[in-house]
Amino acid sequence: MSMINYASREINCKLVYYGPGLGGKTTNLEHIYGKVSPNTRGKMISLATETERTLFFDFLPVDLGTIRGFKTRFHLYTVPGQVYYNASRKLILKGVDGIVFVGDSQIERMEANVESMQNLYDNMSEYGYDLTKIPFIIQYNKRDLPNAAPIRDLQASLNPGWPIEDGAQQKVTPDPMHAGENLIERVDNQWIGRAPYLEAVAVRGDGVFDTLKTVSKLVLKTLS
Amino acid sequence: MAGAASWSFSENDFKQIQQHLQAFLRDSNARCALLVDRAGQLVATVGEPPQFDATAFASLTAADFSANDQLAKMIGENEFASLVHQGEKESMFLADVAKRVILVVLFDQRTTLGLVKLKGKGAVERLNKVFEEMFNRVGAGPTAPEKGLLEGAEDEIDKLFG
Repeated sequence: MSMINYASREINCKLVYYGPGLGGKTTNLEHIYGKVSPNTRGKMISLATETERTLFFDFLPVDLGTIRGFKTRFHLYTVPGQVYYNASRKLILKGVDGIVFVGDSQIERMEANVESMQNLYDNMSEYGYDLTKIPFIIQYNKRDLPNAAPIRDLQASLNPGWPIEDGAQQKVTPDPMHAGENLIERVDNQWIGRAPYLEAVAVRGDGVFDTLKTVSKLVLKTLS
Repeated sequence: MAGAASWSFSENDFKQIQQHLQAFLRDSNARCALLVDRAGQLVATVGEPPQFDATAFASLTAADFSANDQLAKMIGENEFASLVHQGEKESMFLADVAKRVILVVLFDQRTTLGLVKLKGKGAVERLNKVFEEMFNRVGAGPTAPEKGLLEGAEDEIDKLFG
């Protein structure tokens, strides 16, 4: 739920990093925290257990610049990835403007990825939000590991596409980040749409800012 | 609903909100009042400027309130319309406003919880009215999206992200 404050001339938006446990959601935020100038970011809050597993959420506010004289302020949140924290995970989705699903590329984590994606769909629909209609991107993290699954396998499991019913949207839309691939296309006589995806190695910072930029841009464009 | 709708308020709304909060602080002798939306964004601060990171404080407040909302449901209550956190010297009183915003009051030994609660009740009623009018004015109630502010600003958005 973006909030526009005409008095302080600010646009506030909420981004949530979702995904399975130990997939790198907190690492994404830590990298952003470490790289962004202290003038443009606030304090990072982590509600974690003694073993540094996220218990409730991590929170980091960042200013991304000024548009039309309005400061664009993004509040980044992560959710606890572990399955049994669903009650608190769901709370963080309240009022979300954009979502990054941080998938763990390791073959062994495929099932955890799928379970978390399903959980995301379920939690969103319980709030009455439609994941296919809000800014939503997927980050395939840990691409440097030897046991990383091929992108096409990850795409097939986590981003197979949803049906596009609206005639106005039924046109081939190329994926600007991957030549030769489409975000909207016709497959077996049916129009389907997919979420944009990126590859990342969050511990090294690879792909972290590209992810943030991609999702923030989508969020701001929904306001235009 | 495709996603969470956005909302906005004008300088006039802001002024009204601030006046109500100032009057409340005067009557209750509390130190500071903050308004935080349910998504964790700080809407307004009135009174002694807080000595802590207000943005982080706002996000924790919203999480605290949401968690308590769920606890209320678990024990068969619809909601806890207000919460109190009482410390040795500093205390907090939190109350729901129009189901969209949380009033957070910081107070110390210069006043009492009873007075804060009593005056808080009136303040919440007045703020409820302001917010409801604000939402009605936009047309379709609290979920009406703010359109047009960034209309045609695609170039600027693209430039922002290089």
